[in-house]
Amino acid sequence: MKDIVVSSSPHVHSPEDTPWIMRQVVYALIPGALVGVYFFGIPAITVIAVAVVSCVVIEALWQKLTKKDITVTDGSAALTGLLLAMNLPSGSPWWLVVLGSLIAIIIGKQVYGGLGNNPFNPALVARVFLLISFPVHMTTWPQPRSFFSQAADTVTGATPLGALKTAIFEHGTITAAPGLNLMDPFLGNVGGSLGEISALALILGGIYLILRRIISWHIPVFYIGTVAVITGIFWLMNPDAYADPAFHLISGGLMLGAFFMATDMVTSPITYKGKVLFAVGCGVITVVIRFWGGYPEGVSFAILIMNALVPLINKATKPGKFGAQ
Amino acid sequence: MKTFKGGIHPPEEKDLVKNNPIVDFPLSSTFYVYIQQHLGAPAKPVVKAGDEVKKGQALSEPLGFVSAPVHAPTSGKVKTIAKMVHPVTGLLAPCIVLDADGNDEWAEGLPLKRDPFSMTREELIGAISSAGIVGMGGATFPTHVKLSPPKDKTIDVFIVNGAECEPYLSSDHRLMLEEPERVIGGTMIAMKILGLNTATIAVEANKPDAIKLLQEKVPPEIKVEPLKVKYPQGAEKQLINALTGREVPAGGLPMDVGAVVQNAGTCVAIYDACAKGLPLIERITSVTGRGIRQPKNIRVRVGTPVKEVIDFCGGLNDAAKIIFGGPMMGIAQFSDDISIMKGTSGVLVLTEKDTNISNYGACISCGRCVEACPMCLVPSTLSKLGEKSMWEKAMNNDLLDCFECGSCTYVCPANRPIVHFIKHLKALQRAASAKKKGA
Repeated sequence: MKDIVVSSSPHVHSPEDTPWIMRQVVYALIPGALVGVYFFGIPAITVIAVAVVSCVVIEALWQKLTKKDITVTDGSAALTGLLLAMNLPSGSPWWLVVLGSLIAIIIGKQVYGGLGNNPFNPALVARVFLLISFPVHMTTWPQPRSFFSQAADTVTGATPLGALKTAIFEHGTITAAPGLNLMDPFLGNVGGSLGEISALALILGGIYLILRRIISWHIPVFYIGTVAVITGIFWLMNPDAYADPAFHLISGGLMLGAFFMATDMVTSPITYKGKVLFAVGCGVITVVIRFWGGYPEGVSFAILIMNALVPLINKATKPGKFGAQ
Repeated sequence: MKTFKGGIHPPEEKDLVKNNPIVDFPLSSTFYVYIQQHLGAPAKPVVKAGDEVKKGQALSEPLGFVSAPVHAPTSGKVKTIAKMVHPVTGLLAPCIVLDADGNDEWAEGLPLKRDPFSMTREELIGAISSAGIVGMGGATFPTHVKLSPPKDKTIDVFIVNGAECEPYLSSDHRLMLEEPERVIGGTMIAMKILGLNTATIAVEANKPDAIKLLQEKVPPEIKVEPLKVKYPQGAEKQLINALTGREVPAGGLPMDVGAVVQNAGTCVAIYDACAKGLPLIERITSVTGRGIRQPKNIRVRVGTPVKEVIDFCGGLNDAAKIIFGGPMMGIAQFSDDISIMKGTSGVLVLTEKDTNISNYGACISCGRCVEACPMCLVPSTLSKLGEKSMWEKAMNNDLLDCFECGSCTYVCPANRPIVHFIKHLKALQRAASAKKKGA
């Protein structure tokens, strides 16, 4: 008889493995990335390519230097690269992207022991690091144009949330902010990070992930829902000082954050109950920063702060075991 | 349709064998009967090398109440009592080697002809106990013990487990389809023993032919209940929960919620023991998987060499794993030099493509194991503790509530051998508590 294998049960396994999951998330990001490429042109492609390649290379090099197994084939480094690119302005210089990748992979992930052990979303760690260290680069937003009419000089401008914040700082009321057709941020025709501009494209990708059962609906629905409810209450109380909820939902990084960043499996709670708590926390912090914080946008900070609470949330929401009295 | 919380739905793979009628496996020339074929206290052999034995004669006697004897599967001469690899423990264990004389002659007076319904409860339990009947779904707990609940436990539910939720296997399916009268007869006897006038035969909905047939055959006091096709629907606690809504308390037994569950195959053995006085010396086994050339459902004597069973089914074909039982909870064998046991519901041979031989990665906290766990545990935590041998901490994470159904491990995208880690932790815990008792 030929050699047979002896190992513990079960002896069969679902075909859905980690690389498969990572691939599904990449597929789900494609619509959002394509919108970015359409409106920001070749520079967007460059940022994506540099981020993905440098994340993969940096992870492989780190693992080689630290004599660990090289696990870049699990797809997580490539996904981190893509997510980082989605969170950067399309005009980011190459060195900024490489630096971000370095921070994401080394500081965000590998120092904790690599995939599965990092408490914070690596792409967001990098984004926030860059935002604090290179505020000018990180808030220089090229304005969207059709891919087919890309001219040589890029015009830059504010994001809708940035314009809102400026109006409040300078005039104490949002009515001074330039009017915005909500269809623009829905389709992506606004300034912003490369991958956050089109709510529609991100929602489509998010729905794909939910249908494929990669993520559950709890985090996006409760995150977006919390933002809608709180901004709605304040808007009803004082529409001159607070923008309406529709504006808050589809501008800025909320959709990217709610569907793709807050749902990162490693850094979000494990149970449904925990996910709901986590998402509500993300929503509250996002609104607090948007309303009263120094930054116009609070999604990245909100998710990172809630990431830190995940172990506690997991502990508090441990499922009641079968047969518990 | 009734079901429980959690669970998974792996490919059923039952088409390979479910339509093949039961065939009798021809008598072997040599049998290897393990003495320990049950869960519980040991038994000791009552024969020695050179003894002539008849079919159905006891070969061992139980040492204690929670124990069971084994019987001669045919007539012949005891060659020796050897140490052989035990398919369940993987250790060398005593095994009675019996050379068949080819006459297949019953011990005197067998089979009996008697009316089990005129027997007393004690006589029926005695018949089951001396027939060496154990749970034939694979758990092999002595049946007479399950049917003798202590007086302070009121039993009001009896369930016949025909769920057969393990993929690939069809032995209970064929039995219910081909011999429904014996299944029902055994059910009625168990009802009499438990003093109940109702019972439920629970069958997963993927066996509509068996459900329909049983519904036609059962008397009005027995209900046939189709169950949602979901693994592990046939696990005792999940089955009780699905049918009655009751939760067996953690660390408790079904009788704590007034329920007794017996496998459909066990019911047939109960019927044979009570109505004909026959000991448990044969069973139905599904020999299946793509690693076997001609999958078959066979009626086979306990002690038959597995090698002969495999040859009878056309031989191996790119076999990567030989498993006793189903793919979810069955036990991988490291040799085909073993024999069929009372609990061998299947001999499953998987090819490399159908099984899972690859490395594992880091837990990505996806939560799929938490969703799948029918006991509502957090398997990912247990697996991380298992990696570090931290059994004491695992005890605080409900280690002993896991019954190793394998759902978590099946869905784990990082392919982590969670059940393996849990078995490792349980072994450490057992060793530590044994040491504590000794000290």
